[in-house]
Amino acid sequence: MSDHSIKSAGRRKVLAGLAAATAIALPGMSFAAAPATAAINTTKLAITDTEVTVGQLHSATGTMAISETGSIQAERLAIEQINAMGGILGRKIKIIQEDGASDWPTFAEKAKKLLVSDRVATIFGCWTSASRKAVLPVVEKENGLLYYPTFYEGLEQSKNVIYTGQEATQQILAGLDWIVKEKKAKTFFLVGSDYIWPRTSNKIARKHIENVVKGEVVGEEYYPLGNTQFGSLINKIKLKKPDVIFVDIVGGSTVAFFKQLKAAGVTGKTQKVLTLSVTEDEMLGIGGENAEGFFSSMKYFQSLDNANNKKFVEAFKAKYGANSVIGDVTQAAYLGPWLWKAAVEKAGSFDVDKVVAASPGIELKTAPESYVKLHENHHLWSKTRIGEVQKNGQFKIVFESGLIEPNPFPKGYQ
Amino acid sequence: MDWLSEFGGILMMQGFNGLSVFCVLLLMALGLAIIFGQMGVINMAHGEFLTIGAYSTYMLSKLTTEYAPALQPYYFFGAIVVAFVVAYGIGYLVERLMISHLYKRPLDTLLATWGLSLIMQQSFRSIFGAKEVSATLPDWLMGSFQPAEGVDIPLNGLFMMALTIVLTGAIFILLYRSRWGLQVRATMQNRLMSGAVGINTRKVDRTTFALGCGVAGVAGAAFTTIGSTGPTSGSLYIVDTFLTVVFGGAQSLIGTIVSAFTIAQAQSTLEFFLTGSMAKVLTLSIVILILLMRPQGLFATKLRK
Amino acid sequence: MNFIFEKLLGGKQGTIGLLVLCFLLLVVFPLTLDPFRLNMIGKYLSYAFVAVGLVLCWGYGGILSLGQGVFFGLGGYCMAMFLKLEASDPISTKIQTTPGIPDFMDWNQITELPNIWLPFQSLSLTFLLVIAVPVVLAFIVGVAMFKRRVGDVYFSIVTQAIAAILAILIIGRQGWTGGVNGITDLKTMLGWDIRTDSARLILYFAGVGLLVASIMFGRFVLTSKLGRLLVAMRDKEERVRFSGYDVANFKVFVFCAAAGISAIGGAMFTLQVGFMSPSFVGIVPSIEMVIYAAVGGRMSLLGAVYGTLLVNYGKTYFSETVPELWLFLMGGLFIVVVMYFPNGLAGLYESHGKKWLAKLFGSKSKLTLSAMEASK
Repeated sequence: MSDHSIKSAGRRKVLAGLAAATAIALPGMSFAAAPATAAINTTKLAITDTEVTVGQLHSATGTMAISETGSIQAERLAIEQINAMGGILGRKIKIIQEDGASDWPTFAEKAKKLLVSDRVATIFGCWTSASRKAVLPVVEKENGLLYYPTFYEGLEQSKNVIYTGQEATQQILAGLDWIVKEKKAKTFFLVGSDYIWPRTSNKIARKHIENVVKGEVVGEEYYPLGNTQFGSLINKIKLKKPDVIFVDIVGGSTVAFFKQLKAAGVTGKTQKVLTLSVTEDEMLGIGGENAEGFFSSMKYFQSLDNANNKKFVEAFKAKYGANSVIGDVTQAAYLGPWLWKAAVEKAGSFDVDKVVAASPGIELKTAPESYVKLHENHHLWSKTRIGEVQKNGQFKIVFESGLIEPNPFPKGYQ
Repeated sequence: MDWLSEFGGILMMQGFNGLSVFCVLLLMALGLAIIFGQMGVINMAHGEFLTIGAYSTYMLSKLTTEYAPALQPYYFFGAIVVAFVVAYGIGYLVERLMISHLYKRPLDTLLATWGLSLIMQQSFRSIFGAKEVSATLPDWLMGSFQPAEGVDIPLNGLFMMALTIVLTGAIFILLYRSRWGLQVRATMQNRLMSGAVGINTRKVDRTTFALGCGVAGVAGAAFTTIGSTGPTSGSLYIVDTFLTVVFGGAQSLIGTIVSAFTIAQAQSTLEFFLTGSMAKVLTLSIVILILLMRPQGLFATKLRK
Repeated sequence: MNFIFEKLLGGKQGTIGLLVLCFLLLVVFPLTLDPFRLNMIGKYLSYAFVAVGLVLCWGYGGILSLGQGVFFGLGGYCMAMFLKLEASDPISTKIQTTPGIPDFMDWNQITELPNIWLPFQSLSLTFLLVIAVPVVLAFIVGVAMFKRRVGDVYFSIVTQAIAAILAILIIGRQGWTGGVNGITDLKTMLGWDIRTDSARLILYFAGVGLLVASIMFGRFVLTSKLGRLLVAMRDKEERVRFSGYDVANFKVFVFCAAAGISAIGGAMFTLQVGFMSPSFVGIVPSIEMVIYAAVGGRMSLLGAVYGTLLVNYGKTYFSETVPELWLFLMGGLFIVVVMYFPNGLAGLYESHGKKWLAKLFGSKSKLTLSAMEASK
């Protein structure tokens, strides 16, 4: 063996000894000191003594970029704030950002790259169910972790995913109960884009309407993603005269639908509309005056009046501009890094298995939506709110439920 | 008797809706038909010229709101003109720099214009951001016109119809009553001879292409009334537009008009009785089937090669 | 022996070219790349099938099909359906309302397997359908279009429309096809776990083997009389017709051949990546596949493979490093290649590369030059 390697071997021994000494000494010290990497990272993740690497996997280009920009911004804000507080387990968070380009196969490929090549400790990402479904097998096979922020259809529960958005029953049932009670609604016309989230949501809604509130569904229609001609549909709706139009149209179609509704003389004064898919982000495109008086069911609105939210909105606007708007998914994305931080600190390790084991029961009292708690099924206990669209594109909160337990596999609704 | 008047009302609204969709298709297809008929070139970036028109309208709307709020109700007419000019200008440049070099290779033009559309989409994204934007519409365009109880005719639909009629009329006059139109038609029918009698066919091509793009810009301005604008908005309309033009038969404006009308009414009616997705699939399938049986389209003046 | 040498391997130069490609794919890549990157190359190579098919029907036949994604997707979906059925055995799916059927069917309240899925329970039948379904579709479309002497641009637009329709259909019938999510979470093929590194390696080599076979098939077609007729047809269709040949039949044949080859690519893609979705069926992916052939050289079978590898590598690399910029690059690539390098890389090689190589190898130049002269 050469001289060099003997020296290095010796050096290594000394370092190991030092590290061991520090590790032994540390528990007695304040929690701000950094634990040894070897102790907190037994699965060869990209963690050094000063840094932990995470992945961010959203669409920066393509049709979904419109929606996912908010998530990217919120996650970065959270990570910046965490780093300013000293990071997690004494390590600052470093982000590797990948672009899913609104293409689900690209999401899967990038997820694999992040987990296999870059060895990130966790991924914050995805928006559509399609991207999540494409990433899911990768994350499960490589035993990675994904924080998924969008409100979605449920019917899923993975050990490797934490769902920070609401699942369908949380979003829908409270909203329907409220509108039946407050607005005496009996008949419903369900309208959605043609893919799994609206179909599943409408199915749950239908079951609830018919079996629980004893109302009637007078119409149920689906239009392809990207469709912009809703004239016939609006005529059909007018023919049926439902008490409530229940809307889960997404993407570019949302703006077209609401503009055409307004053009056809349907306004908040003459017709009740309850939607699951309109946040402050969509309102930018629709224009407050076109949807004034309609109701949206979300767990978060930018106008929520509590101390946490005021700080959050202020920080967000300071970083991204005074004209920024913050929708439900953006806030849910903001929760991701904080929930991860809490779980890692509780587990005392970055290892995915340990973080996942430590997750159930974690509460976030600093959440902008006021309070959430992680359930065993990896979803969040959260409150549902009904917001009424105002002329300026913001929402006035007209109802707030209690904490609703997440139930991704609801019996009787499948 | 009540249901009869209601039925009549719905019929009227549905009929109007069909006309509305027809106008949308025709506005889009006109520009493409002019280019395709004249040069045999399919411009895959056509949707992006539409987006240019829409973004121009948005910019003008913002400028008016900030600097001249008094002009707010009138800016829209200006927006249409601006949209036309901007799209015309960019179309002219594109023809000069790219299309004219691919003169004899229509398939290659198809591919090159596809590349152009990618570049344009990314430019929109870089300049205007990835989020969708909306022009603030003047009040007189919002809401509906109520000729009878329960019958709502959207005002922007009426506006679009008026615009379509004016535009189509203008193009007809241009093509059939002006000197330039004569040159265009001559080049279309026999390029060689036209060149021989002294028509600058290259210049005619250039102005035709630019005109087609300009019309797309106007369509884009009109579309801000029914939807929002984003970098990829153009791609929402592109397939329907191509099919309309191909179905109608190239080199025939009447063909385009009939084709747009047929497709629009078919889709609108089917949508009323079936669901949206099935209606779309059915309409497209019928168009394809008819094309398979009569590939030259409805009104071809000669076989397109 | 001569037959194989001339017809399948393309003469002296063709053989050298093929050997170089095989060396690159079978030796260099597996030795220098980690399993993750090698799997990505395998994925790119499945796109290369489509590019090879396009060389046949577009480069030589003059048929620009902007809907090759349809055939790629159909082949991929057939394979995905078989793999999904295998992954949905009653034991793994016991959490579902109806165990034994794919998960997306369960979410859509379907309680038994639709008839259209039944044939895919057998692997041999699946292999057959992977090729048969796209070829039959290509045949129908081809006969309808070419017998009527549809013009080139028209044909391209109609293929686009077909791609759009199929994509909408697949997304709309989500109970049958998994909708916009596609068919995901594929695990095993006849019990063999396709997600392990060793399986991926074997699939990679299988893919390369099939690709080389496709290239040899292409060579065979092009060096036969059919090949000459194709070129003649592309350049002066009327004269070929006047000479007494039924042009339509040849066009249909080459279109079907391209469809079949693309379908094999689709099936290999599904096996290597583990899912299939409608985002490979529509207009955008179909046009992208054309650019692979354009960059590589629409007249060169080998060029198609290099073009695919290059463009995809560029896409992955640039979208990682400069996500804002890479669409500009891609669009620019389209324009530049089409306008200035219509014969792509292969054309560049023919006009400049050979001389440069000759200079590089000095005294051997005469030998290499004459060898290179011979073929394509």
